[in-house]
Amino acid sequence: MSDETTLQQPTEYQAESPALEAWRMFRRNIPALVGVALLTVIVLATLYGTFIYSGDPFEIVWAPHEPPGMTPEFPLGTDYLGRDIIAGMLTGGGPTLAVGAVAAAITMVIGIAMGALAGYYGGWVDNLLMRVTEFFQVLPALLFAMVLVTLLSPSLFTIAFAIGVVSWPQTARLTRAEFLKIKNLEYVTAARAIGARDKRIIWTVILPNALPPLIVSATLTIGVAILFEAGLSFLGLGDPNVMSWGLMIGANREYILDAWWPVTFPGLAIFFTVFAVSLIGDGLNDAFNPKLRER
Amino acid sequence: MSALLDVRNLKVRFAMPKPSLFAPQPYLEAVRGVSFTLEKGRALGIVGESGSGKTTAAMATIRLVPAAGGEILFEGDDLLPLDDEAMRARRRDIQLIFQDPYSSLNPRARVVDIVREPMDLMGIGDADSRLQRVKELFDLVGLRPDQLNLFPHQFSGGQRQRISIARALTTNPKLLVCDEPVSALDVAIQAQILNLLARLKRELGLSYLFISHDLGVVRHLCDDVAVMYLGQIVEQASREALFDSPKHPYTQALLAAAPSLARRKSKGYVRPLKLSGDPPSPINPPKGCAFVERCPMAQEVCRREQPVLKACGPSQVACHFAAA
Repeated sequence: MSDETTLQQPTEYQAESPALEAWRMFRRNIPALVGVALLTVIVLATLYGTFIYSGDPFEIVWAPHEPPGMTPEFPLGTDYLGRDIIAGMLTGGGPTLAVGAVAAAITMVIGIAMGALAGYYGGWVDNLLMRVTEFFQVLPALLFAMVLVTLLSPSLFTIAFAIGVVSWPQTARLTRAEFLKIKNLEYVTAARAIGARDKRIIWTVILPNALPPLIVSATLTIGVAILFEAGLSFLGLGDPNVMSWGLMIGANREYILDAWWPVTFPGLAIFFTVFAVSLIGDGLNDAFNPKLRER
Repeated sequence: MSALLDVRNLKVRFAMPKPSLFAPQPYLEAVRGVSFTLEKGRALGIVGESGSGKTTAAMATIRLVPAAGGEILFEGDDLLPLDDEAMRARRRDIQLIFQDPYSSLNPRARVVDIVREPMDLMGIGDADSRLQRVKELFDLVGLRPDQLNLFPHQFSGGQRQRISIARALTTNPKLLVCDEPVSALDVAIQAQILNLLARLKRELGLSYLFISHDLGVVRHLCDDVAVMYLGQIVEQASREALFDSPKHPYTQALLAAAPSLARRKSKGYVRPLKLSGDPPSPINPPKGCAFVERCPMAQEVCRREQPVLKACGPSQVACHFAAA
């Protein structure tokens, strides 16, 4: 039948894996690349910086509150106890990043599981899971985390766990909203019509389509978790045996009017980390969205 | 010849929010006792205006919407009592084409995977034979093999509908349920897709349950036509009988409302029946004939008694005053 022939011009096309294609897209996204570069520098500095610049962050090495740039041995100065700030920043970055990543992972796992089941099944499942979610949402997050950390003894993992436990409700609500929207679209009905089971529909049909806002939310959660860890350390609930940026800020905040540098440098480090992670999150969002891809 | 699909007294209703805690549960009666049969190799069109329950009836037929009552005999077996696993196994014989080609394809999947997925789910063949089958299907519906790895958004509406058709054909179904498959397409593309569907019906011996509000489309493709109004079939007939001598006043009004260029000047032109008003609410359907408020020949009996489908010449008509 001649009227059925398609009139489209042949397009050149090479088959690529979705990951490769996403990378191709990501590579063109300059802010995202800046984020990657920034995060790489931060991660490398925290991993290997101590090989170049060794020093114990807890050791008192100089007079307190030495301003930056005054003494060649301690370019960023010293804190209120006379401890080297650069040593603190280099050794404190690893734990800070680890807590952020682990807390974000816990948040995502709990939040996505709760939100997906609630949104997909609806009815009493939704009611039950959402009441649980609300229960966690109305708990004062910081107080609850403080109680958890106190009960479980402050270690890096319990801090990450506490942050995860208080942060997941938002992710759950976001996931639920996405599922509510997507589950009524025709391609989900189509999956059901060809005999897909609930498990497959939830995890391989709806979840990938719900992912863009969740990826962005995950990266933001890393940022929030880093700040949360800083907050806990600031209140004296950090792991006292492990240096972290939050611990530095917490310890030095009382003297911020006399010496800005012991607080400002770790603060800037946290800011740039969160910023880099957000840029990457935005880039990932665009890269995984096939609609934004060029042919 | 036994019927491929024999639907008897199908009912669908949706629970509405209760006005108060102790009030009886109100229901929206979307499909109120619909019966039809579809023979193998034929196409049955279901027409009706928005809200007439035609899509709901089709979705309930393939159990994508739960039915409240009735029987759905597919090749003699009632589908309604089947559990989920047994129904899943029957789904390879009954497939679906959707109205909106933009939302019926997973935007994150490549079209090759979309068309192959039914075989993955049903465990048909191995990786090589599945890919081979996808290529055959692409050829069958008029897509090129070099388009296999593209994503749905890289296709036009008509091409997407071809992908949708290819997916529906993957498991070699016996029945295709088409829910307004062309109403979201341009007129020129509509003709292409209709011709494709007609060719597939001929070549593969497919049967269609074809939902549409477009009489021209139904006339083009369907052998039999059922007209729905407020959840019930008011007239059912062969295409010729329905279009040449509609019996039910609603069918007559529908046909008269279809735009036509030449009729006004032709001899024996009769001013078409004009319908005013809206159909009654399906939440509290009227006791008598649902069409009574808009019907030009309504009498007292129409308000009291609900007409049932009965033979009227070659047609089945649900009207107290239908004349052969």
